[in-house]
Amino acid sequence: MHGRPRKAPKPEDEAASSAKAQKLRALQTQFFSFHHNKIYTKEAVELSAKLLEINPESYTAWNYRKLAVEHYLNLPDCNPDSIKSVLDDELRVVENALRQNFKSYGAWHHRKWVLSKGHSSIDNELRLLDKFQKADSRNFHAWNYRRFVAESMKRSEQDELKYTEDMIYANFSNYSAWHNRSVLLSALFDKKAEGFLLKEKVLPEEYEFIHQAIFTDPDDQSGWFYHLWLLDQTVTTDSPLLASSWPGHGSDVLLVGDRCYNGSAFSPFSALHSDSGSFPIVLYFNQPVRGVNSSTVTVECGFNKNEDLLWKPLSASNSQTARVWVAHLKVSSSDLHSTVEVSVGHTKGIISTRGFEYSHPSMLSFKVHVQPMERDSSQVSVAESISLREENFKVYGKQSEESIIDSFDQLIIKNGHETTASNWRFEALAKEIECFRELLSLVDCKIGKLTLARLLKAYDAMSYPFANKLVHSEEVLELYSDLMKLDRTHYQFYKDERSIVLLQKYKDSVSSAICGPICLRLNNLSLSRMGAFEKLLWVQMLDLSHNELQSIEGLEAMQLLSCLSLRNNKLRSLTALEPLRKLKLLRILDISYNQIGDHSIDTTRYVCSSPLSHSVGSELNRDETVTSDVALINNWEAFYIFKDFNLNQLDIVGNTIADEKFKSVLVKIMPKLKQLDGKLLD
Amino acid sequence: MDDIPPYPPIDPTTFDLIVIGTGLPESIIAAAASTASKSVLHLDPNPFYGSHFSSLPLADLPSFLSSHSTSPSPPRSPSSDDPNEFSLLEFATRPLYSSIDISTFSPNLDQHSRKFNLDVAGPRVLFCADKSIELLLRTGTNQYMEFKSVDATFVGDNKGNLWSVPDSRAAIFKDKSLGLVEKNKLMRFFKLVQGHLAGEQDVKISEEDLQSPFVDFLNKMGLPPKIKSFILYAIAMADYDQEDTGVCRDLLKTKDGIDQLALYNASIGRFQNASGAFLYPIYGQGELSQAFCRRAAVKGCLYVLRMPVTALLVDKDTGCYKGVRLASGQDIFSQKLILDPTFKVTLPLGSSPPLPLKEKLPFFSLKDDKGKIARGICITKTSLKPDISNFLVVYPPRSLFPEQVTSIRLLQIASNLAVCLPGMFVLYISALCNDDDQGKKLIHAVMNTLLTVPLDSESNAAVQSETAEIGSAVQDETSESSSGGPSDSGEEKPTLLWSALYSQELTLGQVDFICSTPMPDGKLNYNDLIDTTFKIFQEIYPEEEFFPETSLENPEVDGDASPET
Repeated sequence: MHGRPRKAPKPEDEAASSAKAQKLRALQTQFFSFHHNKIYTKEAVELSAKLLEINPESYTAWNYRKLAVEHYLNLPDCNPDSIKSVLDDELRVVENALRQNFKSYGAWHHRKWVLSKGHSSIDNELRLLDKFQKADSRNFHAWNYRRFVAESMKRSEQDELKYTEDMIYANFSNYSAWHNRSVLLSALFDKKAEGFLLKEKVLPEEYEFIHQAIFTDPDDQSGWFYHLWLLDQTVTTDSPLLASSWPGHGSDVLLVGDRCYNGSAFSPFSALHSDSGSFPIVLYFNQPVRGVNSSTVTVECGFNKNEDLLWKPLSASNSQTARVWVAHLKVSSSDLHSTVEVSVGHTKGIISTRGFEYSHPSMLSFKVHVQPMERDSSQVSVAESISLREENFKVYGKQSEESIIDSFDQLIIKNGHETTASNWRFEALAKEIECFRELLSLVDCKIGKLTLARLLKAYDAMSYPFANKLVHSEEVLELYSDLMKLDRTHYQFYKDERSIVLLQKYKDSVSSAICGPICLRLNNLSLSRMGAFEKLLWVQMLDLSHNELQSIEGLEAMQLLSCLSLRNNKLRSLTALEPLRKLKLLRILDISYNQIGDHSIDTTRYVCSSPLSHSVGSELNRDETVTSDVALINNWEAFYIFKDFNLNQLDIVGNTIADEKFKSVLVKIMPKLKQLDGKLLD
Repeated sequence: MDDIPPYPPIDPTTFDLIVIGTGLPESIIAAAASTASKSVLHLDPNPFYGSHFSSLPLADLPSFLSSHSTSPSPPRSPSSDDPNEFSLLEFATRPLYSSIDISTFSPNLDQHSRKFNLDVAGPRVLFCADKSIELLLRTGTNQYMEFKSVDATFVGDNKGNLWSVPDSRAAIFKDKSLGLVEKNKLMRFFKLVQGHLAGEQDVKISEEDLQSPFVDFLNKMGLPPKIKSFILYAIAMADYDQEDTGVCRDLLKTKDGIDQLALYNASIGRFQNASGAFLYPIYGQGELSQAFCRRAAVKGCLYVLRMPVTALLVDKDTGCYKGVRLASGQDIFSQKLILDPTFKVTLPLGSSPPLPLKEKLPFFSLKDDKGKIARGICITKTSLKPDISNFLVVYPPRSLFPEQVTSIRLLQIASNLAVCLPGMFVLYISALCNDDDQGKKLIHAVMNTLLTVPLDSESNAAVQSETAEIGSAVQDETSESSSGGPSDSGEEKPTLLWSALYSQELTLGQVDFICSTPMPDGKLNYNDLIDTTFKIFQEIYPEEEFFPETSLENPEVDGDASPET
């Protein structure tokens, strides 16, 4: 079935196929007339069978047969025997059709439908499947159907697991069999079936099994695919965890009412400018969750229970599932010093996308200090041009580095309970790392390098709360650099992965990059992608200039950002800026010297995680009064992106799109804008 | 064969070709010559087909072996005063088997003698893609036979363990005894060979490597000793220790090694219902000779069994071959003659041959420069491996004892191939050797590793080991010396019910004054024998094609050649 070269049709084949088409046309005409006139006589039904035998793809004919069966079952004189014979007839037609085309969706579906009517022996199905799966062991239709049959028969997962094992032993290049194995194991884990209670018992055996395939033939992809699933099972904890938060546990937050920073006395406090007297609380989970609300997360500020606090998911899609959740807490200006306690998950309801409950209730507490407004200086700040120039970083860079690292560490939530239970995860990863180092000593293998890089990354990430250093980051970087050279077609993917490691490492090494508790410079690092957001929640001023970013996905998590430079990157469209819409505090943005407008087709739309999740424009018509302004209609993307911004200052020069006309549109969209490309606006 | 039945006269009395003996090479030549429209008379003194390639009932095997073990009786009084113009050269049988030991530990086996079909030339299998299968398919001879798959190959050690041979991708994956690194190296080696055979440019094996010893190439590939041994002896089926050039008489070149791997690789999965690389015919290997005889008969070859031939008729003046005199006294003439290796020609006592013949006779002696092969047949009631009944075991050189210089092969065949009583198993063992003692030692080493030899026949052994008749044969000192290791723990070894041990001369085919076919060789399959057979045919009929491509309707009847499971 696989790997057979296609042959060009011979003249006689073409003649045969046109003869077949001729015959088919006649049959089809006849069939449609029966169908439209709802004729379900024996002859009519037989005709449809004939048609399906030639062309199993004829959906209408399958549906017609369903109607015919229903028609028959509703006849007053039908009895169990005749019903059985009708249904057996259907099964026979399906079997013939499958012989014609083993991969006919319609035929497989019809078979399921017939079986759902009951009356037929399901044992037969397993025998039939054994025959079909012997003929084409990788056919996913057959495997799909097998799962259906196994479920209807209540066949045990263990038996099916044995079957996949036999199939894999016959030929391990079988995605379907490996996939079925992962499905069965997941089900057994979920059920906590006998012998499958503990992943640490089962997974090492599975690793052992897959190693046989990978080492025997590293070029075969099906094994790697299963290995990736195992790695995911090893790394991902079942129940979601809180990875970090802002403010961190035990930290101090200084709220100042304007842009004049004079809080050196408060170091190592996190100082935040808040005009409205409210500040965000950000919760960063290790996997997307739903159900974060005022009952699952309670926030107590002094004696106030903020029961009406609104938690919003931060994700590119509009789904109610996200890794990052944010709520804005308003502190009454009368309390200059107050303690906030956030408890997460004491009430059930936070659930991961895989359906696991958040089960490690945790508590954060931090202090909030409010500095009274100094109204007179607010005027100055507006007029003054604030930019991400060297001087500014220097200004903010006076803090001693130790204190920065201390406060930085407070972001990490320590989940003692989970870590003691996950020693086996460490061991499994360590073993895998050793194993793949060995493989790479034998063969030069791209997927092997990638897997080793993934393993090392996972190991570092898991050990992070204990070790302050990412011990493997140099090796991982080297692996990705290697891969970028070896495999040019996936260059960008490796570069993106490498960027994230680079970021982790960069922040990890105590460097001058952190210029203060609020500023971070990550310029000139050849980053092509941003990551490690869970460790960057505290950043208010971020310099990402002179990198190779094409996307800033995930940046929405950095809720405190007020000043962002994306100067000299490779952003290709306005829609790439979508994460910024969620940054309510962003005031200063530099997107100059990018490639916005270079490409008439916005490819970011096609690379987003799911085309269905792409939300551009979906809310546009709902809550916006349709404007009659032609300029706005022609620039609806700009309108969509920028309309919610509260920018004071924007640099967009050096992009193809940024002509005078466009700039005038921007000014219209953002009436609050004070400065565009360094020019003060009226 | 003392009471010779009355022989019917043969008519006609002149043929293009007379073939004496129905061994496989003779049968193939008879079939090929008949196909080439030659008139052929095919004679065999035995009452069965197959000669040295036959499968015999239990009771008949010892008598067949011993009848070919004695030196030729002095020719009867010459009837040289023949009135004809011919000289008579008497035929005598050559001793081809020696050191025959038959041991019976289960007295009632003889009652079921006919339920057994024991191969004289075992162990032997057909590779699914070898020349014998090609020949069977090409000639349609496969329609007279049925095969079953030999399911696996193992490598044995001196502890009685049988390690499965990772001979395919799936087998490497499944193998529990190989480490991950070994798996990777072995699979990469297979891929290299496959790539080389497929003519991929970037994986070509250099000409220099191809001409070098295979074992050096395997070393160069960094294969660990265990895998090297698997490849050399259990896949490439090398006979001699490849790593000891002192004793190795047949050092495999990389080129030949690769060819062997290619054959093995092409054999696996060739037929849908054959799981392994080998096939074995139902009713035993003797079926092959018989099938070719049927093929010949269909094309008009005349068959007469139980017909001894007493003398060769040669022209008195020229010394040229004219015909043969049968035991019935009838003289039959032909242009060509093919002789079974059993026969040799002796001069009548006191007569001097015609001058021209004198010159030719020195060449007419069978060459046996290839030494001997020790063979053993054992019958047991339990399989050597519990879950599998038909399989091959290879004991690489030095795997059983340090002085073992040749591979020993063992083939277990179960009753589902109709070779023995239901529930029993026949083990065929063979090894190349220089002399009978060395051969016995090799066969005993395997038997002692794998089988329990009943001790109650000790007294018999003492009495009967002198006479080489039915009785015990397993010398006590040998059994003690090699089974003394700490190996007798674990599972019960199968008990020996019956065994036959013998040495066989290795004679080559010959195409001199008279063409003579070879004895069964020491190989596992028939490839070399078919090559020799083809050469002999070409020699006698240089103008004729060896089984020309016919318009047989079923040249691709895979289903027929493959076993029924």
